[in-house]
Amino acid sequence: MNLFDIIGPVMVGPSSSHTAGAVKIGYVTRKLLGEPIASVKILLHGSFAATGKGHGTHFAIVAGLLGMLPDDVRIPKSLDIAKESNMNIEFGNIELEDRHPNSVQLVLEGVNGRKLTVIGESIGGSLINIANVDGLEANFSGEHPTLIVHNLDQPGHVAEVTSMLAHKSINIASMQLYRAKRGGNAVMVIECDQEVPIESIKWLEHLEGVEKVTYYSLL
Amino acid sequence: MSFAKLTEIIEISDSRNIPFWKVILEEDMHERNVSEEESFSHMRYMLEAMTEADKSYNPALRSVSGLAGGDGAILEQFRKNKNRLVGDFMVKVMEKAVKMGESNACMRRIVAMPTAGSCGVIPAVLLTYKEHKNVADERIIEALYVVGGIGEVIATSACISGAEGGCQAEIGSASAMAAGAVAYLEGGTNEDIIHAAAFALKNMLGLTCDPVAGLVEVPCIKRNISGAVNAVISSQLALAGVRSAIEPDEVIAAMKRIGRLIPACLRETGEEGLAVSETARHVEAVLNDKH
Repeated sequence: MNLFDIIGPVMVGPSSSHTAGAVKIGYVTRKLLGEPIASVKILLHGSFAATGKGHGTHFAIVAGLLGMLPDDVRIPKSLDIAKESNMNIEFGNIELEDRHPNSVQLVLEGVNGRKLTVIGESIGGSLINIANVDGLEANFSGEHPTLIVHNLDQPGHVAEVTSMLAHKSINIASMQLYRAKRGGNAVMVIECDQEVPIESIKWLEHLEGVEKVTYYSLL
Repeated sequence: MSFAKLTEIIEISDSRNIPFWKVILEEDMHERNVSEEESFSHMRYMLEAMTEADKSYNPALRSVSGLAGGDGAILEQFRKNKNRLVGDFMVKVMEKAVKMGESNACMRRIVAMPTAGSCGVIPAVLLTYKEHKNVADERIIEALYVVGGIGEVIATSACISGAEGGCQAEIGSASAMAAGAVAYLEGGTNEDIIHAAAFALKNMLGLTCDPVAGLVEVPCIKRNISGAVNAVISSQLALAGVRSAIEPDEVIAAMKRIGRLIPACLRETGEEGLAVSETARHVEAVLNDKH
């Protein structure tokens, strides 16, 4: 927390968690997809489902998915803007187990066919946590460039990724490893202090045993 | 964030002979690794954003629930009416506080300070002060550092969210921050600043968070008015030379403990208080029909 978390953020109201945080979840998710969105299912959980309408949570998430930030005055008009840009939107409610009350599951498909499922939590103030990506645990804030590598659980992948980062002089701020089961699907979530070059991400995508690479850039 | 106590800020201010606000400015430079100009111009942007939010109030807007909107215009009319008891300054503080709260509820752009629900308190006091005394922007920006310093201490050693500490943590904190800022603007000492904050917070201790239909509207918007007016009278009390019997840092600690003791049903869960009143139930039913 710094001074401008106390005085700020500049945001479209009414709620830092239900509006500003919701915009951020949408924004980070769009960046993770890496291409414009063709269709999205927005599934609201807990308090997002219960009080979302009055807080403009629906507008807020769509605004973020359109690439708007929490201070964008077009947020209340986001549904119209989405319609103009042919983004197909479906709203629903969902019961997610063990999630923060302010959570949403987003199921996206991009214009080039890329698919992505994300669970985002708005954890207070306008801070967020991306809790799950494509069915595997994540946990990152969207405050750092973040690299998410889905791979098979076998020796050597962590070394490949971290050597690449070292080679590019990229410092790791945090790193998490999860796997569904031994030898099954695994995921690395790496928050970095510097941006990862696009060619390095492409290189990772072609490694044997690496199934998907998703990158969140602050740029 | 480095300050857990108001007295820590004052110690640095005294030992280095720099004003309260500058201690906070230097801490921001260190924390975010920015220059003095960068920090100051970021704070200037906050002042511009809140000024713009105040100016662009639209009396015709209503929130989705229909509960919020239009009261700012009613107060503006009342201000122009000679048949009132309070002076120009105070009635304008009231008007600006409610306008900002309504703008927030109607999805306009505001500055959360410390939260969106309490966004009206500090601008109401500082923007009215600026108009009334005709002071330069720089003075108000300095006052915003005082605001931020008090807010940082409260956020670090207590809390600033209604879900954690009830409304005392939101409107109460905003009121304490604004009170200290007015004490500074009026030429008060460091002691005046922190005792003004202490008075304001003490007056808000125990305040619960029980909003109707879970929305940042009732009672939040009008409570911005009492937070703002409370800030002004608290600053006057401190500037008059009155001292809080309880040390300001101890008041903040008490706020934290009280926040933990407020039952969960009165901390933004909608399970008690105003949220379960007959009228609130009716509002909820109407809202559900709209869905």
